Amino acid sequence: MFDFTGQIGNVGQIRRGLVDCAIAGGAALAVLLLARRRAPGLLRELPLAELRGVVQIVIVGAVLAAMLHGPRWVSVPVLAGMALAAADIVRRRAQRIEGAFRLALAAIFCGVGPVLVLMAVTGVIPMSITILIPVGSMVIANTMNTLSLFVDRLRGEVVAHTGEIESALALGATPDTALLPSMNAAYRACLIPSIDNIRSLGIVWIPGIMAGMVLSGVSPVFAALYQFVVLTTIFAAAGLTCLVASYMVTGRLFSKQEQLLLRA
Amino acid sequence: MEPSQPLLECVDLSRDAPGRPGHMLLRGVSFTLRRGEVMVVVGPSGAGKSTLLRLLNRLDEPSGGVVRLDGQDTREIEPRELRRRVGMVMQRAYLFPGTVAENLGFGPAQQGKALGAEEVASMLASVGLAGYEGRDALTLSGGEAQRVAVLRALANGPEALLLDEPTSALDPAARDSVEAAIRTLIEGRHLTCVWVTHSLEQARSVASHVLALDAGRVRAWGPPGEVLNV
Repeated sequence: MFDFTGQIGNVGQIRRGLVDCAIAGGAALAVLLLARRRAPGLLRELPLAELRGVVQIVIVGAVLAAMLHGPRWVSVPVLAGMALAAADIVRRRAQRIEGAFRLALAAIFCGVGPVLVLMAVTGVIPMSITILIPVGSMVIANTMNTLSLFVDRLRGEVVAHTGEIESALALGATPDTALLPSMNAAYRACLIPSIDNIRSLGIVWIPGIMAGMVLSGVSPVFAALYQFVVLTTIFAAAGLTCLVASYMVTGRLFSKQEQLLLRA
Repeated sequence: MEPSQPLLECVDLSRDAPGRPGHMLLRGVSFTLRRGEVMVVVGPSGAGKSTLLRLLNRLDEPSGGVVRLDGQDTREIEPRELRRRVGMVMQRAYLFPGTVAENLGFGPAQQGKALGAEEVASMLASVGLAGYEGRDALTLSGGEAQRVAVLRALANGPEALLLDEPTSALDPAARDSVEAAIRTLIEGRHLTCVWVTHSLEQARSVASHVLALDAGRVRAWGPPGEVLNV
């Protein structure tokens, strides 16, 4: 629907895009129709979700198309807004963890910010709004997913291992020591998908950004190398975000008297 | 310490039910224990027995009342120090991954101390587990694991020990051996104990005092002959 220079496409392109959307959306609906006995509720949810999704993404596309011709600093509030939205989504996964929104927001800023700045300053990511916003949004979105996985897994680990954690506390351990096995398990688990993505690059999947670069005429080899850059940048940002979150979260899982708050 | 001075004392202890306004898990519980005394806590499920134990070592926070250890309000004692002085054994052993010796050394290691090999061997021998130092803790039977859990709590040198149904998850043979091991250890160290159990037989055999709880309230408190025959 939009070309790579940020211009809204012509009427023909838009019409073609709408037809494509209808075919893809219809295919998704048809699958749920076939599987209606497995999950009848999803069949009712999907049409509204599809409609909402297409409207949202078209609006975002139009806004981006307008902004891509603005000054570079515009990318900062745009990415900050995305980080806010990402933190809110992580908060929903962090039920029963007090101050989860602030924790997620701080972790995303501390994790994504330095990595993006490093990449921009060293020239790995060109300081152009047409690159900063799409690449930054990819980094934030993937970091959000990794952080959600971390928080969800940590919550599960703590609830499943309440006895071990409280046994350690009862022996005079600090909350950090008592939580260490659960924390390590959650951190490892949340990064597995990112490592698998890097490991399977080019064999199991050819990511969208590479496909897009090749389609727009960039050398396939450079596109491949750049895809590696994007994936490892995502890994660095997600890993740093979850590391920051792991240090911040302990204080929210225990009281000042070092009592476990999140019990089974 | 004078023989008559209380070691563990509870005065009007209470605990609200979290998220259930107006409900109490425990209310108005008071008792006094001197060194070497064993108080058994009995009562139906949900009576507040485990809640009481968790308040004594501050794994949970009382809503009201006072707990004193050797005359000092436990709120004035740093939680980690309190938990070292008031050890706890739970219904399940919850041993950590690693060897039996590493499990026994966990508590002292939190203070930067190490248990000597001879000390570990002697502790294990005292409960019939001689030679178990290098065994993988997670492969022990239920009875063996629970004996290691008791030793692990005692490795901190506590003044009092809280036992939350330590034999209820074991088969009869293991239950008898673990109960015998606990009795030997607490008598040998002259430890003050609060022992939660569902077994009246066990209560009669180990208790110097019995606290009967029902719906969070004290139903009876006194020598086993008086309380358990009511």
